[in-house]
Amino acid sequence: MVQGKIRVLVGKPGLDGHDRGAKVIARALRDGGMEVVYSGLHQTPEQIVETAIQEDVDVIGLSILSGSHMTVFPRVKELLKAQNAEDIIVIGGGTLPEEDIKELIEGGYATALFTPGTPTDDIIQWIKDRIIQ
Amino acid sequence: MYRGRLWTMRQFAGFATAEESNQRYKFLLSQGQTGLSVAFDMPTIMGYDSDHPRAYGEVGRVGVAIDSLQDMETLFKDIPLDKVSTSMTTNAPAAVIWAMYIVAAEKQGVPAYKLTGTIQNDILKEYIAQKSWIFPPEPSLRLITDIFAYARDYVPKWNTISISGYHIRETGATALQELAFTLADGFAYVEAGIKAGLNVDDFAPRLSFFFNAHNDFFEEIAKYRAARRIWARHMKEKYGAQKEESLLMRFHTQTAGCSLTAQQPENNIIRTAYQAMAAVLGGTQSLHTNSMDEVLALPTEKAVQIALRTQQILAYETGVVNTIDPLAGSYFVEALTNQMEEGAEEYFQKIEEHGGVLAAINQNFFQKEIADAAYRYQKEIETKTRIIVGVNEFQVQENIEIDLLKIDPEIERSQVQRVKELRASRDNLLVNNTLAALKESALGTDNLMPKIIDAVKAYATVGEIIGTLKEVFGEYREQSVF
Repeated sequence: MVQGKIRVLVGKPGLDGHDRGAKVIARALRDGGMEVVYSGLHQTPEQIVETAIQEDVDVIGLSILSGSHMTVFPRVKELLKAQNAEDIIVIGGGTLPEEDIKELIEGGYATALFTPGTPTDDIIQWIKDRIIQ
Repeated sequence: MYRGRLWTMRQFAGFATAEESNQRYKFLLSQGQTGLSVAFDMPTIMGYDSDHPRAYGEVGRVGVAIDSLQDMETLFKDIPLDKVSTSMTTNAPAAVIWAMYIVAAEKQGVPAYKLTGTIQNDILKEYIAQKSWIFPPEPSLRLITDIFAYARDYVPKWNTISISGYHIRETGATALQELAFTLADGFAYVEAGIKAGLNVDDFAPRLSFFFNAHNDFFEEIAKYRAARRIWARHMKEKYGAQKEESLLMRFHTQTAGCSLTAQQPENNIIRTAYQAMAAVLGGTQSLHTNSMDEVLALPTEKAVQIALRTQQILAYETGVVNTIDPLAGSYFVEALTNQMEEGAEEYFQKIEEHGGVLAAINQNFFQKEIADAAYRYQKEIETKTRIIVGVNEFQVQENIEIDLLKIDPEIERSQVQRVKELRASRDNLLVNNTLAALKESALGTDNLMPKIIDAVKAYATVGEIIGTLKEVFGEYREQSVF
């Protein structure tokens, strides 16, 4: 059980600038009652993990549309482990093919992945269910 | 107009290595496509070489990896550059990529004055929407006006910029915002050219535009019609253009990627067909139709072929090509066109009140307007005030069975290897000298194109040339709002 508001870092790793989804989600989570930090663009996994720890977030949500998800998610997990911050839940969204989603979830690199068309309320509910148990 | 000449059917393509993209281009040309359109990978777009740490995992993913002239020569191997026109989606490093194209053509024996094509080269919409910037606005505008001047003297048939509303729309803008912000950017470039000492009629005829074709059929047509009217009027009355060609708005259109759905992806063929028809009825000069699977991954050959066939059916079977501006005089389309025009003028006023386009970017004016519109759009879908077939109505339980194009991770390793070998085999003294000369020019006010071309000829890489310019120009940082 988390005291106070749920804290989420919306992270935008990689070199691309497709931040529409990240911003819509950030705003929806904020409207859904969470404290939201948006990393801004062009972040490395190192920068994202550093921000997540500094901001003491409960959840990292990664938005990836550049096809680099198979390298970014494992890297973020690895860095969290190295920092003893594995309690931070990693979720994500973007252009993610079905079989990659399966591999990332089964490999434990992400707890949940949301594809285009997912209602923002579903994501809010998922986070709340997961954190406030 | 289409009776004399059809629009150019130009499908955006590029992935993996130069060699594989070269094969895809030859396939597209063999299928009747009439122009090429090159997609670059993110490291190339951001000015990093494939072996830079920031490129890790992104080489060849969303487009082709180009590190040096060597890759550019491979990209266009056996494609006659005096016969094919090429559009290149490159912005922040446009001057470098264009220089590579010019030199690759020269090596084929094609002189620069024969080259036709377009570089996107629109940095303002990067700050506003697509966010692939490198340098701060001022030096970026200098590079752009250097390109205008160089093209006027040496590459006169080249479209020096493609002032783009497409990405503004994809980021969530409304049709009106797309229209207004794009034209405002266009006028900012005209003003920058004039300020750099160019005669408006010497560069305005080579300016081109790029719009989105979204779902609202008549609104889209009205947008294109209003764009032509506004451009011609401002160019004549405000900027004093004398030449007829300076008043003409020529534009490329791409159907809306953001309108495609991951659910029931075959439906995207239908969406794209309607959007393509709006673009054609709106008088586009060139068109890209999206493939049904692009919301899931890079398109497969089959999906790309259907997308191209969509255009060919439109051109050869439907008869829509037989009349210019066929909806002129329709009370509805005319009224919508007037509304669009008035709405755009109101936005120009607001931008003026912020102190112009650059000042409005610094104050996050555009970014905030677009983020608000994107959020509104999402909420409309979630509350079902906007119906998206297969997403919030008419859903089915489905296993999506579409073959997806996979990029082999081996490609990154081989591209990294290639750039390393290049660095070991070229004349590094010459590379260093050309880069030093470029740096010196960047510190002054000379046109930078000749120095960039010298560095390209010496096989300096994209990362090295951009890195040299960064030392002088610095890098842009944004304050994001959501």
